[in-house]
Amino acid sequence: MLADGPEKTGDIERIKNEGKELTKEEKQRLRKEKKQQKKNKEKKDEKAPLESEKEKKPASSSPASQATAQPPTQKASSGVPAPAPVPVAASEAPSPVDKPAKSKAELKAERRARQEAERASKQSKKGEVGQQAAPSKAKAPPSELQPVVKRLPEHIQVDNPEVLKKLAKKLERQQIPLRSDYGYKVSLFSHLHQYSRKAPLTQQLSIPSSVIHPAIVQLGLQYSQGIVAGSNARSVALLHAFKQIIRDYTTPPNEELSRDLVNKLKPYISFLNQCRPLSASMGNAIKYIKKEISNIPSQCKEEEAKSKLQDCIDCYINEKIILAAKAIAKYAIEKISDGDVILVYGCSSLVNHILCEAFEKNRKFRVIVVDSRPRLEGREALRRLVQRGISCTYVLISAVSYILPEVSKVFLGAHALLANGYVMSRVGTSQIALVAKAFNVPVLVCCETYKFCERVQTDSFVSNELDDPDDLIVTRKGKTHLEHWQDVSSLGLLNLVYDVTPPDFVDLVITDLGMIPCTSVPVVLRVKNVDQ
Amino acid sequence: MEFQAVLMAAGGGSRMTDLTYNTPKAMLPVGNKPLMWYPLNLLERVGFEEVIVITTKEVQKMMSADPKIKQDVKMKLEVVCIQEDGDMGTADALRHIQPKIKTDILVVSCDLITDAALHEVVDLFRAHNATLAMLMSKAHEFTETVPGQKGKKKTAEQRDFVGVDESGKRLLFMANEADLEEGLSIRKSILRKHPRVHIKTGLVDAHLYCLKKSVVDFLTDNKSISSIRGELVPYLVRKQFSKTINGQKTKDDVEDQNQKKSDKLHISSRDEPLLQLAQERSCWNDHRGDMSEAYHGGKLRCYVHIMDQGLCYRVNTLAAYIEANRLAPKLFEEPVVHPSAVTSERCQIGSDSIIGASCQVAEKTSIKRSTIGNSTTVKEKVKVTNSIIMHGVTIEEGCNIQGSVICSNAIIGRGADLKYCLVGNGQRIEPEGEAHNIIGNDA
Repeated sequence: MLADGPEKTGDIERIKNEGKELTKEEKQRLRKEKKQQKKNKEKKDEKAPLESEKEKKPASSSPASQATAQPPTQKASSGVPAPAPVPVAASEAPSPVDKPAKSKAELKAERRARQEAERASKQSKKGEVGQQAAPSKAKAPPSELQPVVKRLPEHIQVDNPEVLKKLAKKLERQQIPLRSDYGYKVSLFSHLHQYSRKAPLTQQLSIPSSVIHPAIVQLGLQYSQGIVAGSNARSVALLHAFKQIIRDYTTPPNEELSRDLVNKLKPYISFLNQCRPLSASMGNAIKYIKKEISNIPSQCKEEEAKSKLQDCIDCYINEKIILAAKAIAKYAIEKISDGDVILVYGCSSLVNHILCEAFEKNRKFRVIVVDSRPRLEGREALRRLVQRGISCTYVLISAVSYILPEVSKVFLGAHALLANGYVMSRVGTSQIALVAKAFNVPVLVCCETYKFCERVQTDSFVSNELDDPDDLIVTRKGKTHLEHWQDVSSLGLLNLVYDVTPPDFVDLVITDLGMIPCTSVPVVLRVKNVDQ
Repeated sequence: MEFQAVLMAAGGGSRMTDLTYNTPKAMLPVGNKPLMWYPLNLLERVGFEEVIVITTKEVQKMMSADPKIKQDVKMKLEVVCIQEDGDMGTADALRHIQPKIKTDILVVSCDLITDAALHEVVDLFRAHNATLAMLMSKAHEFTETVPGQKGKKKTAEQRDFVGVDESGKRLLFMANEADLEEGLSIRKSILRKHPRVHIKTGLVDAHLYCLKKSVVDFLTDNKSISSIRGELVPYLVRKQFSKTINGQKTKDDVEDQNQKKSDKLHISSRDEPLLQLAQERSCWNDHRGDMSEAYHGGKLRCYVHIMDQGLCYRVNTLAAYIEANRLAPKLFEEPVVHPSAVTSERCQIGSDSIIGASCQVAEKTSIKRSTIGNSTTVKEKVKVTNSIIMHGVTIEEGCNIQGSVICSNAIIGRGADLKYCLVGNGQRIEPEGEAHNIIGNDA
């Protein structure tokens, strides 16, 4: 490369001397080369830590690049800077060694690779400035910023055998069985886990579970079978299990409660992750608990510490879930007027609570419940609303555009609110928001602040959850057509759980802090971090 | 600790007295292993480290003498002895060991031979926070001819009626034919909550129960319940749909006593409100079509896992004993001939037979589909087909034994011809004797 430089500049010098104007391309090339030379000097310093990361990148970059169906989202996508550094690194390695032995073709290829790197790094720099709060996923390109090595979470790198090996080793160390994937995965989602409900993790555990606390085994079973489903329910059940663990915990000799208890929780969390990937709300609850445990002063007696932790948990649930629901209901009721026709999707505990409260306060409205297969959660929402006396209509999601002309407002629940304002919710929510936008119907998302997440996502592919594909099999009139779907080699069943809704489709987010626009989510996160 | 295992090994084997009048049921040899070894092995495989064994002094003595149990079973066996008179039922035995019980229990009967995946039963117990979870299996026809049975007519066994819901997991109804006088009556409250009930009769109860600790505490108050299978399980199944539990509390003082007794059954944990909250917020329901919440608001739930494939035998009748002997060896891959047995070259031993330790099999013998116990001597020109020979038996030359059960220490004289017979403990069959379909016992 260094050999190249003078050649190129020689060329250009020649042209200059000949009085011709440098073409745009050549000027660009010049600029780029100079920048690249600067960069290479820096890169050589950081080659070692980054080389290993780059091996992981091709795995995640391919699905990300496949997702470039939507060009506007690609700019901010973290996948783009990924492919660029790889060829650069590859070209870097041979260059100092093989300088003289290079052919013109090789040099050209290197140059092209360098140009790509430049372009990509420029774009990512633009993106990075706007996404400071972010992400475990967006990689800092090796440039002026501090080279922070952020690792991609393993649960979205399932098609990378190295990551799987690391995971297997970690689980073996923690004595937790590894759950194996099931069935053929659609290629676009081959980087995610897909488990079968008929192969529970408890098959590989001993029955009086000694390694894992029985409350956690019970919880894991309830998660994987769907008995405890829904963001709030899962968090409450998790905290309840933690209370039992804390109650049964005794500090071993020569250990401190604040450090040992946190270490004890790690294998339990891995186990729960194997049963069902953790939700954002659960993640925040775990962070809170770990912080509280680490903040216990070392001179505190065990009994006192334990009761203090139990109180903390009760307090957290009371504040963040129960009282938050009350506050949100209060704000939301202001938005419900008499004669409203409200559309809800699936079964969100918060939205149901709001509607029941509004009904108690004698607001006259009716509800349209939209439902979708295979979960058919809308039936449960329908039951709860009708039990209270609210008049409801029930449709499937395929009829949403037919029923929207009747609707005056749409209330949606959220699984998590991401730092760039995107709403992560049950699959189908973004459809509803899109159609509502097309009909100019206001969309209100209700979400407690403890579900706010510092992740950034712009598409539903990078990080999602794949449910059991056998759930899609249905028997009608005695015939089960998809029964032997695994025998058909070109058939894949996809059962997605979540999707992300862009902030342009959401008009208002109702939280316990008030009614905010979607774009204020990073502000709330910042304020929360400062508070803590 | 999540579970404590309890093995009930004090049963007398009242339905096969011909075999058990000398040897207690728990130590009957099946495939050359004592019967109670099978459930112990099941518990060990699944991961238990300690078992509470409730048994009689006689069995305890035999256990400590038996090499299989001493060496193969690595778990810690805590033996609790009870009186041999047989008045103590299984529930009484549980009441007896109540001070030792600190967690939920898994009760197994000593006559269970199965290769079921126990985690299916236990998962039902855990996931639904059930009070009772049990194991049942589709009954298989017994194909072997049983000694002493006149013809193929089977005695009219009292059938069990088991009612399950649509999913096949929730236990709604359980009754034995003996308790039903006029007909099968199902309460309206059950049908209102579960409109579709599947009633099954051809099921074998494996006598494997997961019970909550509160049930054991309940037993200490209710001394009238003496058998788990006969009284406790039907009581719990009925109580699921009882009105007093589902929230309706009466203010009568008279009722209060009963209330307190039945409240013990579902002692609420300290964090009951949290569990309630989680259930309320969860968008899951176990049934659909009516207006009630998950589990119809009931706190007491009984579940059953019905296995349709695999082995599950309860060795409590002679027919079951013979069948078990035929199939139990297939559960474990063991060599046909025990390494310490001495067999001559010219004997034919079929691959579905088992020769026990320290046996002596002379030449020109043919052993097909049979089990030969430990320390048995089989002399020349003997034909043993479809039979079970227990320990220490001597079979003289030229005998022909077909479809029979020969108990321990018996001596079969020269040239005897036995077809479908049961020879009791220590009996002698005269030489050249012929017996067909006879059960011979000590006089």
